[in-house]
Order: sequence, then structure tokens, then C-alpha cells
Amino acid sequence: MKKDYTYAVARIRSRELSLLSRQDIDNLINSKSYDDCLQYLYDKGFGTEEQETDVSALLSCEREKIWSLMAELTDDLSPFDVFRYSDDFHNLKVSVKAVTRDVNPFGMLMQNGTVSGEKIYDAIKAHSYKDLPDHLQQTAQQAMTTLLQTGDGQLCDVIIDTACLKAIYKKASETNSDVIKLYAELTVASADIKTAVRCEKTGKSLDFILDALAPCNSVNITLLAKAAAKSLDDIFNYLSTTSYASAVDALKASPSAFEKWCDDKLIDSIKPQKSEPFTIGPLAAYIIARENEIKAVRLILSAKLNDLDSNAVNERLRDMYV
Amino acid sequence: MDNLGIFFGLLGAALATFLAGTGSAIGVGRAGVAASGVLAEDPSKFGKVLIFQLLPATQGIYGLLVAFLILSNIGVLGGDPNISVTKGLLYLAASLPIAFAGLFSAIYQGNCSVAGIGTISKRPDQFGKTILLPAMVETYAILALLVSMLAVFNIPGLNL
Repeated sequence: MKKDYTYAVARIRSRELSLLSRQDIDNLINSKSYDDCLQYLYDKGFGTEEQETDVSALLSCEREKIWSLMAELTDDLSPFDVFRYSDDFHNLKVSVKAVTRDVNPFGMLMQNGTVSGEKIYDAIKAHSYKDLPDHLQQTAQQAMTTLLQTGDGQLCDVIIDTACLKAIYKKASETNSDVIKLYAELTVASADIKTAVRCEKTGKSLDFILDALAPCNSVNITLLAKAAAKSLDDIFNYLSTTSYASAVDALKASPSAFEKWCDDKLIDSIKPQKSEPFTIGPLAAYIIARENEIKAVRLILSAKLNDLDSNAVNERLRDMYV
Repeated sequence: MDNLGIFFGLLGAALATFLAGTGSAIGVGRAGVAASGVLAEDPSKFGKVLIFQLLPATQGIYGLLVAFLILSNIGVLGGDPNISVTKGLLYLAASLPIAFAGLFSAIYQGNCSVAGIGTISKRPDQFGKTILLPAMVETYAILALLVSMLAVFNIPGLNL
């Protein structure tokens, strides 16, 4: 039976009122100091009563708020796994490296995955891969074996990152939500494009590039890998034939400009969800909007801490959902 | 078989109540779920969301009204309960507009109310405009009520 999200969407509509608007972002940028920024964010409901002053603590608290709200709104969080897989695979990466280097990973684990970071670490430490969720088992074993046999951390990262993208894409294809599918498509495609550019710049072989790319509908990874094995211009030429043609200029400018292009495209594509009353779409859109907001706040707070020019911040800021 | 006329008349009254009432129950229920979602975040909007929730309730009342008139005309509520099979069938036919238009209009009005509740949760100042949108659906329930009532009122005068 099709799940009804009417109640959840109605609550999300009210919550959307507290999302940061472009005006809030401008006010943050124009704040005189880091402390003024923090005070503005506290007034907007950021953080807890303890008023965290550390950027990571504040923003990780905000991410936890997203997931505690989602847990309150729906009894089944699995449709949102696409948004949580990146934390799972991050924790897997940290755990594999911590085990092979015999260091404590607990300060580096993310808290909002589908399974706790500690559980992943314990399973990796005990080489008990069957204790891991299905989407991590094979990758964990492959990454661990590769790292132990070759000592190549970069190869290990590539294996985990590619597996993460494939898992996100597979999970999204199982849902009925266009927003979740679009998120997966853009996430995988943009990661593939960034990887291709990076591989071209570091002169990687075609086989390596092919292994590092995850398949998706909007990008033909064989053609992209072949282009990346030749030159940057070949990558740009190939992308000009895809739906990412308008991203070529951003890609030529800088990787961060391309990331901004991708995030803006995603935010623009989810805006119709503001008028959708029954489906999971507005919930997924809210998660994306909150993540986007957290990204913007992180950028502004880091800039305030390091006395960066506000123009540099403005160039990197994404469009907001509200 | 002598009372077949009454049976058809009663069937008409039952359909008007049952179908229009079912539509209203679905519509009001759906809008109520959305209203609860808004109230969980902002209880001060109770008055506004309540009006949206009540909009799809009218179809059930229209069905009840037509059913009451039919029951009265066929003599179930008093008077002579003997009516012909043809008249019984005519009452059944007369109940169909409000039964079906009531069912579907209430469901769609409920959907429209849910969307309206979402809108006023963000823009309470737009209540006046937003309430008009689900109210437009009411037009078709009223048209159906009108046809059903005209028919029910005029069937006794027919020489059948």
C-alpha cells in the first residue's frame, strides 16, 4: 500500500518557515564577528540550550535534529537511506584505516548513518563482515584486503567512494520518489565528473578511471573515462553533449564552482516540492535544504573565523530553498 | 414484491447518505491529518485549519438532506408508504447526483484542503485567498444537490 505522508508534509511545511532564507544568509555574512553570527544562529534556533560555540559541534547538532525530526515523522527511515549512506561509508573508511593503523577512530565517526559508526568499527576490527549491513559487507572486505595487501590508502578510498555512489544509486532506484532519484542522479554524476577531472590532472590510467566511476543515467562513464584518459578538453567536449553542458563553464572555473552549480541545480529542481502535499518528496526536499543550509553556515562561520573576504564567501554560497 | 417501490426509494436514500457521507469522511479525515501536522508545530493556527477541515463535511450533510426528503416522500417517516415501483426507481435515480458527486467532490475537496492547510501553515496572511480554492469544489456538490432536490420534490406530482 502506498504510504501516506500527509501529516509529515504538513509538519514539514511549518518547519520550512524556520529554514534560513537568502536574507538570513546576507545578515550572517554582514555580521561583525563570529560571535555575532553564532548569536544570530541561536536566535534562529540553531544548536541546543548549551549554545555550542564550536562549528563542528553546532552543525553536527543540526544534522542530528534533521534525523530526529524524520524519525518522529515516519516510522520507516529506509526511504531516506540515500542521504545516510555517505555517513556509513565515511565511517567504513575511518574504521578500515583506524584498524590497520591501530588508532582510535571515535572522534572521527559520523552519527547519522543507517548503522552506528561504533558497530562498523567493531565489525571491521573483528573481521566479522557479516555483522555489517548488506550494502557495506562486500566493500568492507574488499577495502580491508586492499589496504592490508597494498598499503595504498588512495585505492582503498576509491573503492569505498565508488561503492558508496553505487549504493546510493541502487537505493534511489528502489524508491518511487522523483526527488530522491534526482538527488542520487546528481550526486553520482557530479562525483563522476569531479573524479574524471581529478584523474585527468593526476594522469591516471583508463582502467583506474573506469573503476573509480559509478554508473548513472545522465553520464556515460565509458565515454567520460576515455575522455579523462586523454585531456581536460575531451572531458569538456563530452560533457557538452550531455545534460551537464551548462556546467562546463563552472567546471573550467574551479571544482568549487562546479560543486556550486550542482547544488544550485539540485535546489532548483526540488523547489516544486513546496506545493506537493502528499508524497515523500517534500521530506526529501527538506533534508536536502537543511544540508544545503548547514553547508552555507559552515562556509560563513569558517570565513568569519579566518577573516575571509565576504565576496569570496558570496561566490561560493549556494541558492537557498526558501 | 408489493413493496418494491419502497425498497428502491430506500435504496436511493441509503446511497445518498452512504456515498456522500463516505466522501466527506475521507475528505475530512485527510484534512484532519494535515491539520494535526500543522498544529503539532503551531497550535495558534487551530481556527484556520479547522475551517479547512470542515469544508469537505458539507457533502455528507447534502446526502443526509436528500435522504431525509426521499424517506419523507415515500412515507417511511409517516403517511402512506405505498408507492409504485416506477416512483421508487425515480427516487433512486434522483439520489444518484448527490450520491456520486458528493462522494468524489468531498474526496477532492479534502485533497484541496490538505494543500490549503500546507499553504496557510507558511502564509497565514493568505487565508482568504487559499480558502477559496477548496470552496470552488463545493460548486459541483451544490449543483448535484440542486438536481437531486428538484427531482425529489417533483416526483410526487408525476402521474405514474
